[in-house]
Amino acid sequence: MAESAHLKDSEAERRRFTTRSIALFMAALVGIFVLLARMIQLQVVDYQKYSTRSDENRIQMQPLAPPRGLIFDRNGELVADNRPVFILELVAEQVGDLDRVLADLKVLVEISDRDTDAFRKRIARPRRPFEPVPLKYVLTDAEIARLAINRFRLPGVVVEAQLVRHYPYGELLAHAVGSVRRVSEEDLQRLDPVQYSATQFIGKLGVERFYERSLHGEVGYRHVEIDARGRVRSVLAVQPAIAGHNITLHLDANLQRAADHALGERRGAVVAIEPQTGGILAMVSRPGYDPNQFVTGMSADDYRQLTTAREKPLFNRALNGRYAPGSTFKPVVALAGLALGATTWERTIVDNGSFRLPGQGRLYRDWSWTRGGGGGQGIVDLRRAIYRSSNTYFYELASRMPIDDFTTFVAQFGYGQNLAIDLIDASPGLLPTPVWKRGARGEPWYPGDNVNLGIGQGDLLATPLQLATVASIIANRGKVVRPRMLKSSDRELLETDPPPAPAAIQGVTPDDWERLVDAMEDVVHRGNLGYRQSGTAWAYIGQNAPYRIAGKSGTAQVVGIAQGELYDEKLLDEYQRKHAWFMAFAPADAPRIALVVLVENGGGGSAVAAPVAREVLDAYLLPQAVASR
Amino acid sequence: MTNYDFVRSLPTGQGLRGRRLTRIHLDPLLLAVLLAIMGFGLVVLYSALDRNVSVFTGQVLRLLAALTVLVVAAQLDPRIYLRWSPFVYVAGIVLLVLVLVMGDTAKGAKRWLDLPGLPRFQPSEIMKISVPLAVAWYLNDRALPPSLKDLMVSLAIIGVPTGLIAIQPDLGTSILIAGAGLAVVALSGVYWRWIAVAVVAAMAAAPLLWMNMRDYQKERVLTLFDAERDPLGSGWNIIQSTTAIGSGGVFGKGLFQGTQSHLDFLPESQTDFIIAVVAEELGLVGVVFLLLLYLVVLARALYMATEARHTFGRLVVGALALTFFVYVFVNIAMVSGLLPVVGVPLPLVSYGGTAAITLMASFGIMMSIHTHRGW
Repeated sequence: MAESAHLKDSEAERRRFTTRSIALFMAALVGIFVLLARMIQLQVVDYQKYSTRSDENRIQMQPLAPPRGLIFDRNGELVADNRPVFILELVAEQVGDLDRVLADLKVLVEISDRDTDAFRKRIARPRRPFEPVPLKYVLTDAEIARLAINRFRLPGVVVEAQLVRHYPYGELLAHAVGSVRRVSEEDLQRLDPVQYSATQFIGKLGVERFYERSLHGEVGYRHVEIDARGRVRSVLAVQPAIAGHNITLHLDANLQRAADHALGERRGAVVAIEPQTGGILAMVSRPGYDPNQFVTGMSADDYRQLTTAREKPLFNRALNGRYAPGSTFKPVVALAGLALGATTWERTIVDNGSFRLPGQGRLYRDWSWTRGGGGGQGIVDLRRAIYRSSNTYFYELASRMPIDDFTTFVAQFGYGQNLAIDLIDASPGLLPTPVWKRGARGEPWYPGDNVNLGIGQGDLLATPLQLATVASIIANRGKVVRPRMLKSSDRELLETDPPPAPAAIQGVTPDDWERLVDAMEDVVHRGNLGYRQSGTAWAYIGQNAPYRIAGKSGTAQVVGIAQGELYDEKLLDEYQRKHAWFMAFAPADAPRIALVVLVENGGGGSAVAAPVAREVLDAYLLPQAVASR
Repeated sequence: MTNYDFVRSLPTGQGLRGRRLTRIHLDPLLLAVLLAIMGFGLVVLYSALDRNVSVFTGQVLRLLAALTVLVVAAQLDPRIYLRWSPFVYVAGIVLLVLVLVMGDTAKGAKRWLDLPGLPRFQPSEIMKISVPLAVAWYLNDRALPPSLKDLMVSLAIIGVPTGLIAIQPDLGTSILIAGAGLAVVALSGVYWRWIAVAVVAAMAAAPLLWMNMRDYQKERVLTLFDAERDPLGSGWNIIQSTTAIGSGGVFGKGLFQGTQSHLDFLPESQTDFIIAVVAEELGLVGVVFLLLLYLVVLARALYMATEARHTFGRLVVGALALTFFVYVFVNIAMVSGLLPVVGVPLPLVSYGGTAAITLMASFGIMMSIHTHRGW
């Protein structure tokens, strides 16, 4: 190409080009130095920061749920253990069309609408990428097999083994041991997020709840290398979880079974206590439920059935059922009368079958009252008042005791409070006082309230656990023990120390205690002595007892009976009939077991509840005889 | 001294080795350094590909194809380039217009052209070479430093394709192409004070540019200043690449040992972000070694430019050399968080064939100009 002639100076142009080239090369050098400086800043100056960041990227600590501590009964039988179940989980990032996969899975595995709803809630929560979300707990072997065959066309569907709580005794110990439930949103807000980061279940009831901290154990960690998609590439280190404490209860599963059997299909409760320790030997509440259902999941129908049934299977009658103690209260009233100087063992009254407060018309009836005026127990001293369960005697006695002194004395037995060490769910019942009545009803305390309280009616309410405690205190001749479930543990527990034992009952002499126990023995053993001479329970349980039982029956009214009317069971709805109570301990002179039986709407205490108590006592005191029967 | 200098000092027909190389029109030093870069790059790429042999083999074949292009381009007489420059340029403009009319849309941008009988390609790739050639062609027989009129024409030659590519939109490529053209203008000896005026004008126009940028482009610029504002979105790439680089330290984690790249935290680890793999696995040492190789390429190429006998040759060789360096600089500055993320691969190291072929073609042209002394 010809160079254009005008003003083109090749040599100058060449020199200028060289200068420019050098200048631009220098600029490039500056660029190189900028890059170098940047690299040195990142790789040398801030090396630690980026090295840490890189490790944080790839190393993840995955929490490992600790195996829950085991629970044994006093004979070393496992009453709560852990067993592996197979869980169906989905990895949202891998399944693709969720609705289609759910539809496919429903063909292979039984999935309820409740499962699906819960799953959709879980999957909407924030979580780590590629974290599997549970869809169904507890797959059957057949379901696992069907999933295995279809695995190739179900990406993101995972079957994983997990240890979950299992209650080998199922319904039998449900109300005694308590149970765990799936950790809920509310739980998460108050729980230690570190310790519970991998935990699926938390103790919700009973022992499982009270000893949750110790039973839970300590979370472990798996250090894994993950990629950017959160998938585990390798396991770097494992810091194993520490299993929870194993604990042993006072509970005797055999006795529990006997009590459950004795109660049969009736609604009610049995609480048996070892009087020396307060250890709870049996705690039955019928009807019960299978706590395993709450671990493994149940159908919506089953759940509705459990929560809405009229007989309330989820309700723990032993701890939370509040009933008028009825005549089982009389021994305590007797002791109050002695302690407060309102009566003596020698004092007698004439029981005509009813009682009137001076100057009042209202008639307070004995259980033996008849319209014709033929009721009553005749001449009654304190002992007879107990074994014949004379209402009239106790009406009269209670009417003469100052109410504040009376309730203060009674409160020593645990009425109106929860004495139990490790049953925080237990109800305190209700011990009515003038202060309470003013506050709750806005009414003053009437003399008639004293009278009703004298036979364990009126506003007085107590739970079977409370009455079993009263039985223990009498068995101990005044030494108060707190009911407890825990017998021992394999390591020191994390729960706070138990509160100190309350002081012994004040104001009752040893002689009073022995005479009271004698009177309660008469309830069972005094018999064959003619009309109105035998103990109330003798005919039902006392005729063939090979050991001495001290007991007291009780029959608690559910609905009020109008003045002048007779209680007629046939006219009442089942749920309005009287509750049957029986309180007992044996052997009377060296008690090994104290118990209370409640049969809801069962009728008369001696006829209905006492035989149940006898069966339980036999099972505990005569295991060989019972076994050979 | 290079072989060529040695050969040139001898009468024609002597120095067998030199003559043979001259006859096949290659620059041994430049070629050797380019091969070193490619070899180094292949080693790192093999790691970045997680030792996937089949993909790796594919890349080796692409680089061999690119080498062939270099050899062929170097054999052509430079006068062919001078003569064809305007036509290729005009053809390129036509293709760019075609792209806007009937190009394939991918990720919201029209960049690819699928003409019957031809493999799918990006016409902007041609312009990376064609624009500096066209500007050099225009300035070849003008008086230099260029007059204001010649400067304006040059800027127009640069501006038309830059604009066409910018509206695809492909801001990164358009800036690089403008850079290649402007390198020619700078080398032509345009007055410094004009350059100063242009720089001031460009800065004044920056807000205008900002307003016309698309959201994702603005996002990239904002991310540069504060990657943590969207750590899982637009900030992710730059956070992960700086983490990869920084965690490599002075000596690196070792080849195949990079956790950022092998656990997929580092995006585009085989392509645009491969320098982060170099930095993570081979450390500062590896980065400095690679930068030195690039610097040698630039130095040798600029030297070759000063040796050229004609304006066209000087401008073309110098501009292509500077363009090559700009690619290196922009890529590393982008990955290390100094510049916004634009799609610029690391020359001869990043996975991919098109960019390598374009680059080797430009080196072929440079060698052609350098070795055809008879013109």
